[in-house]
Amino acid sequence: MNGANTPQMKTIIKYVLVDLIRNRIILVYTAILAVLAVSVLGLDDNPAKGLLSLLNITLLFVPIITILFSTIYFFNAIEFTELLLSQPIKRQQVILSEYLALVSALSGAYIVGIGIPLLFLVSGTESLVLVATGTLLTLVFSSLALLVFVKSKDKTKGIGIAIIIALFFTVLFDGLLIAFIYSFSDYPIDKAVVGMIALNPIDLGRVLMLLQLDVAVLMGYSGALFKKFLGSPLGNVFSVTCMLLWVFVPLIAALRIFRNKDL
Amino acid sequence: MIGIEHLTKSFGKLTALNDICLELQKGQAVSLLGPNGSGKTTLIKSILGLVVPEKGTITVKEKVITKDWSYRSAIGYMPQIGRYPDNMTIAQVIALIKEIRPDHIRYDEELIEGFGLDKLKNKTMRSLSGGTRQKVSASLAFLFSPDIYILDEPTAGLDPVASELLKEKILKERTAGKLILITSHVLSDLEGIASHIVYLQDGNLVFYKTVEELQLTTGEVKLNKVIAQIMKGDVPLREPVRNIFSIQERQGKTS
Repeated sequence: MNGANTPQMKTIIKYVLVDLIRNRIILVYTAILAVLAVSVLGLDDNPAKGLLSLLNITLLFVPIITILFSTIYFFNAIEFTELLLSQPIKRQQVILSEYLALVSALSGAYIVGIGIPLLFLVSGTESLVLVATGTLLTLVFSSLALLVFVKSKDKTKGIGIAIIIALFFTVLFDGLLIAFIYSFSDYPIDKAVVGMIALNPIDLGRVLMLLQLDVAVLMGYSGALFKKFLGSPLGNVFSVTCMLLWVFVPLIAALRIFRNKDL
Repeated sequence: MIGIEHLTKSFGKLTALNDICLELQKGQAVSLLGPNGSGKTTLIKSILGLVVPEKGTITVKEKVITKDWSYRSAIGYMPQIGRYPDNMTIAQVIALIKEIRPDHIRYDEELIEGFGLDKLKNKTMRSLSGGTRQKVSASLAFLFSPDIYILDEPTAGLDPVASELLKEKILKERTAGKLILITSHVLSDLEGIASHIVYLQDGNLVFYKTVEELQLTTGEVKLNKVIAQIMKGDVPLREPVRNIFSIQERQGKTS
């Protein structure tokens, strides 16, 4: 990136963020997360159970909401992006600024909605890891949304692909994984399963959190695998690294494609 | 100021622009005409670098535009459809564009005042009518007094008063020696503004002539009649692209 032009990026991030924090969907998303967090944590005296429920809520809602909202936002902002691009500023800086503003708003919503109730009700390392997991998933699915935006020609197609991606990772992937485990249960496939989990950012998030909660056994086969093969510290490093790859690989690919995209 | 050489662009099977060569000079007000889908917007977007050409080169102020984005500081662009983030106010949009251009400290705010946008400055973009959004787009294009204006259907959606105001502003800038590239389907709006006509059809350059020349060949005075005559095909105007450079020389003597 050209260092001389970072003030321009800061300007774009600032104004887009000002727009996004007044966006109704972002506000409703924050409010719903907050209500869920408070009610789930208030229901049970056992904080570990509450955290598990919040983890499931996070894994279910964050990916789909993030990828859908981001994809639609990028498509709706095409004319605005064009206007910014008619100014003397690099293409990649414009789209990267929009991306950064978007992830700031969405992860801000998550941090406020889930993080603040946690801070008051269950503060501790586990809560911090949950917030980090949700934030990482927000980054991952925003990057995927940007990739969907630069690769698809029109909005309808883009939204369709975004939904398919979210469903694939939340539902279909685990089904395929279970089918794989059952059909090859006679073979030593443990390592392969660990490797396959790295292919799903949602599973990585789950592993990251469950290793923390020390309830990995509850997760069954793959949880036990992770415990056995990676142990806690190494498992953490492994899942965080894989998730960061899930953030940066699609992001960098999208920026490269955007350089030559026709608007 | 803008040189286009052998510009070709296709989207899939559709050839949007086919081997276009044009040389646009200072002080001209070039009107880009052609039926829908003739390649006008693609041509404009190619100059702005929004569309990446397949073949050919575009130069703005003698600089090839593909590698260097800084040339866009010389261009004021008014898009056909102005869509802005919903919750930004007019004031925020203007401030954003000003802050992106720290190279400028003096602004041309004549249109902002003329359109009365300063009184609406705290309204969000979502709450504005299409016409008011067009006024914002127009004001932004003129904000930095650039040397080149690219206006895509500037008067579409504007009320008659605003439309007149914008036309006066365009004329003023033309008199000041700026290059103006304008597309419009409302030919009467181009009356008195356009000095040259570029006519595109199916991605091909049909002709590039001065308005006077066209008036002479068609025997009509009013621009809409001139163009109607040409579109009916009564006047043989199709000519090889090479001749444009000879037109250029003649223009050089007259302007």
